[in-house]
Amino acid sequence: MASSPAAPPTLAIRGVSYRYPGYARLVLEELDLEIAPGEIVGLVGANESGKSTLCLVAAGLAPASIGGTLTGDVAVDGQPTAGRATHDLAASVGLVFQDPNTQRSGVTATVFEEVALGSVNLGRPVTETVARTRAALATLRIESLADRDPARLSGGQAQLVAVASILAMGPRLLVLDEPTAQLDPEGTRLVGAALRELAGTGTALLIAEHKTNLLDGLCDRIVGLEAGRIALDGPAAAILEDPALRAIGVEPPARVRLAQAAAERGLAIPADALVAAGTIGPTSAHGVAAGGEA
Amino acid sequence: MIELRGLVHVYPGGTRALDGVDLRIPDGERLAIVGQNGSGKSTLVKHLNGLLRPTEGAVLLDGEPTDTIRVAHLAARVGLAFQDPDRQIFAGKVRTEVAYGPRNLGRRGSELAGAVDAALLAVGLDGAADQNPYDLGYSRRKLLALASILAMGTPIVILDEPTTGQDAAGIERVRRIVEDLGAAGRTVIAISHDMRFVAESFERVVVMGAGRVLLDGTPAEVFAEPAWPTLADTYLEPPLAARAGARLGLGATPSEASLIEALAARAG
Repeated sequence: MASSPAAPPTLAIRGVSYRYPGYARLVLEELDLEIAPGEIVGLVGANESGKSTLCLVAAGLAPASIGGTLTGDVAVDGQPTAGRATHDLAASVGLVFQDPNTQRSGVTATVFEEVALGSVNLGRPVTETVARTRAALATLRIESLADRDPARLSGGQAQLVAVASILAMGPRLLVLDEPTAQLDPEGTRLVGAALRELAGTGTALLIAEHKTNLLDGLCDRIVGLEAGRIALDGPAAAILEDPALRAIGVEPPARVRLAQAAAERGLAIPADALVAAGTIGPTSAHGVAAGGEA
Repeated sequence: MIELRGLVHVYPGGTRALDGVDLRIPDGERLAIVGQNGSGKSTLVKHLNGLLRPTEGAVLLDGEPTDTIRVAHLAARVGLAFQDPDRQIFAGKVRTEVAYGPRNLGRRGSELAGAVDAALLAVGLDGAADQNPYDLGYSRRKLLALASILAMGTPIVILDEPTTGQDAAGIERVRRIVEDLGAAGRTVIAISHDMRFVAESFERVVVMGAGRVLLDGTPAEVFAEPAWPTLADTYLEPPLAARAGARLGLGATPSEASLIEALAARAG
């Protein structure tokens, strides 16, 4: 939920253009984007439209860590990210990649240590780190993985661990690049619930995602990119129903597709038949199946 | 024909990933395997190309146990595109990467070039043949890994989460590839969490849970209302078209097209 319009934006991107090192082409062009505290913004667009690059820019990794040329201004909580050290930025900005293996530290022996590592590196007291780590594991229902080797998890399990690591850090701004790409429907639902909870504490969220079904109902607002520029920006429901969404290569959510396909034939589907299922699965407590390299 | 008989697989750590799977997959079938993370899907398909060997039971390819078939011979019959393309990609050029498999199978000259070009065209990477694979984004590296398998021309093609990370155009490509493989009489086995893809591109769906087969049938059967409690037990939900069809009393409508047709038929 977005807070009052008076609150200064958590993320402010103004007039930003960016090119990768060694490339002439601008991947982002004259882009403006503000995200308020507690606001959840979904970022959509065809592949190569600049979504992942915008995630790196918003998180302060481009150009700081990967090089390239950025013009314009990027600020988190009013502080420009340019020139700030990675460890300084890490206290306020979290980034979850689409490939959890990119994220894994490689220096921890157990999932518990892996999830705690970011919080430890922020210099937090041990008791606070342990509490945050336990809470993050519980939120994603992966307590059962705590003693496992983080290098020997299935893709879905590794993705949940990557999200838990960021939750434990409690960032002001969280940027996620296809956070549920490797997840089953239940994992996806758990991550969605965790993100909603985090936004409730005032964290601003930017989520790049192809699954518009997931963004529908999770996001306050949707931003659509096309060739490095913002083509669509508005309230989530309005953008997801906008025919312009398909024009930028993005599939609308199933409820919208079905309603549109019916309308094209002069038919109507009652809206209550198109409500998403919501909670799935048995009501009993659930641990992510303790599969091997499944 | 692929046949799994009482297949059990226990990993070195003791995890029983497969707990007695019996399955017959006729030639030319398009079969989707669904189930939550950790249900044994990837473990199952790794038995089909000899990456894993049964702890108990047997995997038969045209009646021959796979553990007696030499890995090189198995590779000519079964192609597996991994979920994580980076476990597969190693060459410095897209074209070299795609040529590796068919070259190992003995293809040379124009036959090799033709197989590579056709595979690159199918996944839409024909314009990227001379690029370094690691200059491609994740979604295009996944398409590259898929092209590498297609180029081998194996009668059996296994795809592990082929639509992950793909945009609308990429998913459409994958759907067309599955359709074309099926039309060419090749067996396609895909693991997927994308229920719409599963319902619309496959003729048979196997639902796995805790290393066992929970449901096995056509998309209409597996996504029909009576099967929902079983799906829910393994944290799966049918595609929205199937749920909407049931709510509207239209019967089994696993695909979006089938829902619209059923609706039109009722409207007269």
